[in-house]
Amino acid sequence: MTDFYIFLEFTLLGLLSSGVAALIALSFVLVYKGTRVVNFAAGEVMMLGAYCYYTAAALWHWPPVLALLAALAAVAVVSTCIEALVLRALAGQPTISILMATIGLASLLHGAVEIAWGQDPLETPALLPRMPLNFGEVMIPGAAIGNFLLAAALIAALVAFFRYTQTGIAMRATASDPVTAATLGVDIRSSQRLTWILSGTTGTVAGALIAGAGSVSPALASTALSVFAVVILGGLDSVAGVILASLIVGWLESLTVGYVGGKMRDVFPYLVVLVILVVRPHGLLGTREIERL
Amino acid sequence: MNAAPPGVELAVEGIRVSFGGLHALRGVSLRAPAGRITAVIGPNGAGKTSLFNAISGFYKPSAGRVLLGDADITATPVHARAAMGLARTFQNVALFRGLSVLQNIKLGGHHAMRSGMLACMLAAPGARREELALRDEVEDRVIDFLELDSVRHKPVEMLSYGLQKRVELARGLAMRPRVLLLDEPVAGMNREETEDMARYILDVQEEWGVTVVLVEHDMGMVMDISHHVAVLNFGELIAQGAPADVARHPEVVRAYLGGEVAAP
Repeated sequence: MTDFYIFLEFTLLGLLSSGVAALIALSFVLVYKGTRVVNFAAGEVMMLGAYCYYTAAALWHWPPVLALLAALAAVAVVSTCIEALVLRALAGQPTISILMATIGLASLLHGAVEIAWGQDPLETPALLPRMPLNFGEVMIPGAAIGNFLLAAALIAALVAFFRYTQTGIAMRATASDPVTAATLGVDIRSSQRLTWILSGTTGTVAGALIAGAGSVSPALASTALSVFAVVILGGLDSVAGVILASLIVGWLESLTVGYVGGKMRDVFPYLVVLVILVVRPHGLLGTREIERL
Repeated sequence: MNAAPPGVELAVEGIRVSFGGLHALRGVSLRAPAGRITAVIGPNGAGKTSLFNAISGFYKPSAGRVLLGDADITATPVHARAAMGLARTFQNVALFRGLSVLQNIKLGGHHAMRSGMLACMLAAPGARREELALRDEVEDRVIDFLELDSVRHKPVEMLSYGLQKRVELARGLAMRPRVLLLDEPVAGMNREETEDMARYILDVQEEWGVTVVLVEHDMGMVMDISHHVAVLNFGELIAQGAPADVARHPEVVRAYLGGEVAAP
């Protein structure tokens, strides 16, 4: 019976941790779906958001919720600037140029964050109250459940926004055919600006959750890079796909830690991803005609 | 003068559009009488679609003006023209795949949404009410009018080509436009679909009072339904007037049947 409880515990841990991973993955997918740009700076924007949260919560001693709102506002401004100064200027350029620009942007943000906050890990107050749970022999650590619930609520809100609101549908229309959307009166520029803001703020929530579970350091940005495997697995343009992929990879990671050992954590799940991609190159739920990069 | 002449809903004055050394439009002037159907015809490459793109704002003319009712819209961005009452359909079906017929049509009412994006994101009651009112209006008027009721919730990619074109017309109408531009509304349609579409266009003009401007290759249909015909050739307007007169115009006959055309 103990074996079963161990399996259950690691399964629950894995699935719960996937909520935050799904948020990071969505931050990639939103921009790709909305503007056809693969944003390699998504991790750095997330890290910047986490540092903003740290500054407000730890240095200024703001209450966590207020600190998160401040971080969201700051990242919204930064995202607006990125869209206006970098992406707007590169509109119509080849995909590879825009891709390189986002990689350059990532370096810039990384450097700026290290200059402003240094390289050492900084202890960050938790965003959500910790509530560890014990179900008999199964123990769930405090932050996991809250993080998962917050991530799930945010994802549900995003999905509802794109499905039911006029603005969300207009953004989908802009993504699939900007020319026609413009003739229908959709302001393409503000639609694309909003896409970047949504992506940045989604990443910021993920960053604040991760930082709040311990500390924030420039290494946080590379978390996003490992989530990129999840994005590719789910399908670069599929919201449902990345949610599914996050759950799968989160579960596999946790089981690997439990049964094989922590060192294999970053290897085994990606072997599985590799195998699935050999069979389904466009991801689990992605559309086929995605341009290969 | 910054307004179209009385009785004219859309006027183009001396429009020039060039791509490098290629002159797509060389000073074209055109008037679309209010509440009537105006057809723009001409051989391939005559500049018909360029003219439409200049009117909708995708091409910035190097000279000339575009007047919509009492406003000069030459410098107005594409999306803002929608709010001023300009709607258009495209040569290739430009519906949004993955959205239903109703969602596509609802996008036609997008410009009328007054609540900003933030209000929408927070699902403010005002935005919600507005959306519901919009849906009612769109459903009642356009869908019934164009007989799309049975396919309302179907994804557009499941519809036949003729039906997709009709959904595009419905989306244009849902914008409650003053001027509706139709770029080859019956291209690729069979005889029966063409007749249906012609009837719908006539109904739109008669019952909704919308000024219709269309580009079309199907001469039979153009002569049947238009009140006013303009003929383009090599980027210039060679004739304009009632269909019967235009059909007899010597330049038009020459442009269509060949002969000694003074090619620039």
